[in-house]
Amino acid sequence: MHWQPCAGADTLALRADLLARIRAYFRQQAVLEVDTPQLSRAASTDPAIESFSSIYTGPGSADGLSLYLQTSPEFFMKRLLAAGSGPVYQLAHVFRNGELGGRHNPEFMMLEWYRPGMDHRELMDEVDRLLAFVLEGYSDYRPARRISYRQWFHDGTGLDPWTDTVADFRRFAEQQLESVPRGMDERALDPWLDLLVTHCLEPALDDQPVFVYDYPPSQAALAQVRPGEAPVAERFELYMKGVELANGFHELADAGQQRQRFEAENRAREQAGQSTLPLDRKLLAALQSGLPDCAGVAVGFDRLVMVAAGLADIATAMPFPFQRM
Amino acid sequence: MATYSTNEFKSGLKIMLDGDPCSIIENEFVKPGKGQAFNRVKIRNLKNGRVIERTFKSGESVEAADVMETDLQYLYTDGEFWYFMDPVSYEQVPADATAVADAVKWLKEQDNCVVTLWNGAPISVATPNFVTLKVTETDPGVRGDTSGGGGKPATLETGAVVRVPLFIDIGETIKVDTRTGEYVGRAKD
Repeated sequence: MHWQPCAGADTLALRADLLARIRAYFRQQAVLEVDTPQLSRAASTDPAIESFSSIYTGPGSADGLSLYLQTSPEFFMKRLLAAGSGPVYQLAHVFRNGELGGRHNPEFMMLEWYRPGMDHRELMDEVDRLLAFVLEGYSDYRPARRISYRQWFHDGTGLDPWTDTVADFRRFAEQQLESVPRGMDERALDPWLDLLVTHCLEPALDDQPVFVYDYPPSQAALAQVRPGEAPVAERFELYMKGVELANGFHELADAGQQRQRFEAENRAREQAGQSTLPLDRKLLAALQSGLPDCAGVAVGFDRLVMVAAGLADIATAMPFPFQRM
Repeated sequence: MATYSTNEFKSGLKIMLDGDPCSIIENEFVKPGKGQAFNRVKIRNLKNGRVIERTFKSGESVEAADVMETDLQYLYTDGEFWYFMDPVSYEQVPADATAVADAVKWLKEQDNCVVTLWNGAPISVATPNFVTLKVTETDPGVRGDTSGGGGKPATLETGAVVRVPLFIDIGETIKVDTRTGEYVGRAKD
């Protein structure tokens, strides 16, 4: 019976030190630490993310009420922002069903923060500052190289996600990959982009940190879309030692657009045979009342520990990963 | 038809791929934070031993392969088939040259082998890591030379040729590592 923790004493000490440094950084920056619920009546509708659900029965709900474990503290934190909290951060345990592997655990810790008045570029600057501060002595962090999503694809594949078609991507995948999965969608480009990101572009990254920014509008998630000849979602991801470490947005503040995205995601879930989920109406009401222009980012804390300690498997960065729960 | 979903993937699982039985060596779950999840899998084709990589969309199902590893005793060959016997049921299974493949060099009657059966028929044969075989042909032994240097070729009763030390004589029984084809020592009777 393996009852002992997975992470060794030195890794547990590293976790504690990184947590203390993160709190020190935000205290110095006068960013408020907040602590929002892990259970909610609403869930993320993102078809690529599955929530755990639970049933509350008791006073207030005799017949049982579905409550969802949060896949990110985003919706609650945006409600705080709309209520005038100013900049906020949170170290939150979050939950994603179906995700387990060398870099995934169904429960993990997320560092998430929001900066009113910043856009995604300014927030990338702050991610650089935070990581330099937090990793000092563990890893020589230099400000990350920046490359647009479009340029990243162009350099790595010669393809253009804004103009090339599914047929172009299929042809490239068939020529370059050892295998192309069965059942790939022949109408939507996003699964093909994900295939090439995970099989071509990410494996080719070196150890240096890199920001990939300005995503296709179809992958905007909760980011603003900047209109133009080729509109882009003002979203970024940070990779370090090839590990996807952070995802940030210049946040969408338009309640109407947000509702449309939620509804489109639920339709996509329905078509894919996934269950549809209750939209977060309280978030929509908060956006309606006014979200300050802001940027927000989520950093996978356990992956940060992996990178800082040079660990290959996320399980060894956690005291009690899935295998020991 | 039995199937496995990608959630059941783990090393050692036997699945059908392009009509051939295969065994999963390594299974990696990859997923962008906000994107499609894939299982990136290294797989050994059990018929030809080749290792390939395959990617599946997470949640897909694949056909299970009816593959069993059995401990069987090698009996004899009639030149076309090599016959193995289940020591419990005494049932005999013929394996063809494709299934026996390189193991043929080390097959000695009465030896126990691991025979992989697909739908009940042998597709591969693994001999024990060490076998003891009689030397049937080699240059005359040089007595007293235990330097181990040099060596000479020796043909064994199964037809295999291995390098042995100079002091080994025809008629002696030696121990061989079948994974490397190397002489290990004189067999102790």
